[in-house]
Amino acid sequence: MQELLATRQTSAVELTRDVLARIEKVEDKVKAYITLDPEGAIRQAEAADRELRAGTGGMLCGMPLSIKDVLCTEGMRTTCGSRILENFVPPYDATTVTRLKESGAVLLGKVSMDEFAMGSTSENCAFGAPRNPWNVEYICGGSSGGSAASVAADECIASLGTDTGGSIRQPASHCGVVGLKPTYGRVSRYGLVAFASSLDQIGPLTKDVTDCALMMNVISGYDAKDSTSVEKLVPDFRRALTDGLRGMKIGIPGEYFVKGLDPEVEKVVQQGINILREAGAETVEVSLPHTDYCVAVYYLVAPAEASSNLARYDGVRYGFRDKASETLLDMYKNSRSQGFGNEVKRRIIIGTYALSSGYYDAYYKKASQVRTLITEDFRKVFETCDVLASPVTTTPAWKLAEKIDDPLSMYLSDILTISANLAGIPGISVPCGFSNAGLPIGLQIQGAHFQEEKLLTAAYNLEQRLNIAHLRPENL
Amino acid sequence: MKITPQEISNVANLARLNMSQEEVEAMARQLDEILTYVAKLNELDTEDIKPTTHAISIVNAFREDEVKSSLPKDKALNGML
Repeated sequence: MQELLATRQTSAVELTRDVLARIEKVEDKVKAYITLDPEGAIRQAEAADRELRAGTGGMLCGMPLSIKDVLCTEGMRTTCGSRILENFVPPYDATTVTRLKESGAVLLGKVSMDEFAMGSTSENCAFGAPRNPWNVEYICGGSSGGSAASVAADECIASLGTDTGGSIRQPASHCGVVGLKPTYGRVSRYGLVAFASSLDQIGPLTKDVTDCALMMNVISGYDAKDSTSVEKLVPDFRRALTDGLRGMKIGIPGEYFVKGLDPEVEKVVQQGINILREAGAETVEVSLPHTDYCVAVYYLVAPAEASSNLARYDGVRYGFRDKASETLLDMYKNSRSQGFGNEVKRRIIIGTYALSSGYYDAYYKKASQVRTLITEDFRKVFETCDVLASPVTTTPAWKLAEKIDDPLSMYLSDILTISANLAGIPGISVPCGFSNAGLPIGLQIQGAHFQEEKLLTAAYNLEQRLNIAHLRPENL
Repeated sequence: MKITPQEISNVANLARLNMSQEEVEAMARQLDEILTYVAKLNELDTEDIKPTTHAISIVNAFREDEVKSSLPKDKALNGML
């Protein structure tokens, strides 16, 4: 696509109009967007065309993108999928958004997500749930569900999502697109509305691995405005897209092929691993003994951080306010109770409980200690192999509303993605095949801190040999 | 029962949330299930393990104390109710 734009065979305006027409056609079924800005998009595309003509266009010049509605966009409503921020218009851009704009990207609008990124299906969105483009009766995954769905349905070229416990990789897997969660600190979180600050990371969802590398080139790098971003040289990630995996050692973690792993998922992932072997990689069986504890750790640590981060929604500083309340305390309580949805309340309660005096040692501290053990597992395993290959999810996408009333079973569905966030390591989901029902299944590759290039090399080789990246949902 | 409806009410008050009796009871049931599940962490001996509160090891991020341009006042106050 970039080539077509660079050689002037198409224009940014033409491309943007095409994507907007596609949105017009399928959005009724997919429901990916919360806010769409067609006029603004055309204006940006016109500017991109001027840059392209002048030869000054950046790396993503003229590319129409969607942005998860958790990243601040100046002058464009940012709801986080929540009633409490329904009318919140940020006065500044998130650093990642600034970088996309500087590279010439065209921002189409903001896409749907679980409220405050809490969920695995995007059904916790206050403005309606997005659907899986491969079958609109199924969930698209979450929390970056709108991002994955908009990419899969060709309602954008690529999207920016966030991943706190699998929220990029899991919907990418369910929607058959590429999703990368970078190393913690690789990408600035400035302007990202915080859920769990020690776990959140921003990353791309794209149609293929090459686009993923391109997006990473643009959004990565140190930012003085995020004190947890890391001052580390950003490589040209496209250089990692090389043919052949000779010399790469891929660990297969036994704990990721758990009881309860759907046989169709197992089969597709094993085929994917065989392809990685055919590409020249050596595979070894490895063990991450504390994997089974990751869900328990996560569902204490993440709600604890969330309960603190979400204390700012008090009806005073921004967002929804209950104007009928007579006392200050009532105003706090009524604003929050009416503004937040059930899952957010549940996590605030868990977090507040886990941090409350008398329970802190038993829950939050204990979880933080086990987090150390999980991180150590990865450190040891990456002494013996370069990357890990595994499933992303234990099952293909399920039907809408199937698990929404059973929080624990919903939480357990994140078991294969959560550890990477706890340890801060990068992970990618690459399309690997389909279930018998025609739903996409991804393969996950994880690596040591700042080893995104190895992930991309392995993912690229799988993609090239599988040759399924061009497949699109047919029934939309 | 690890957690009672009364405890949920207390925590909800600390978190500045209103909950109906029905909501409190449903939440108590769900939280009880979740807390029973997370109790599996007690299978592990973590006596001498240092807690991790941050995913990567970084030291304090200091910067020079220089005046830089910031958000103008009218823009910053734009979201006022």
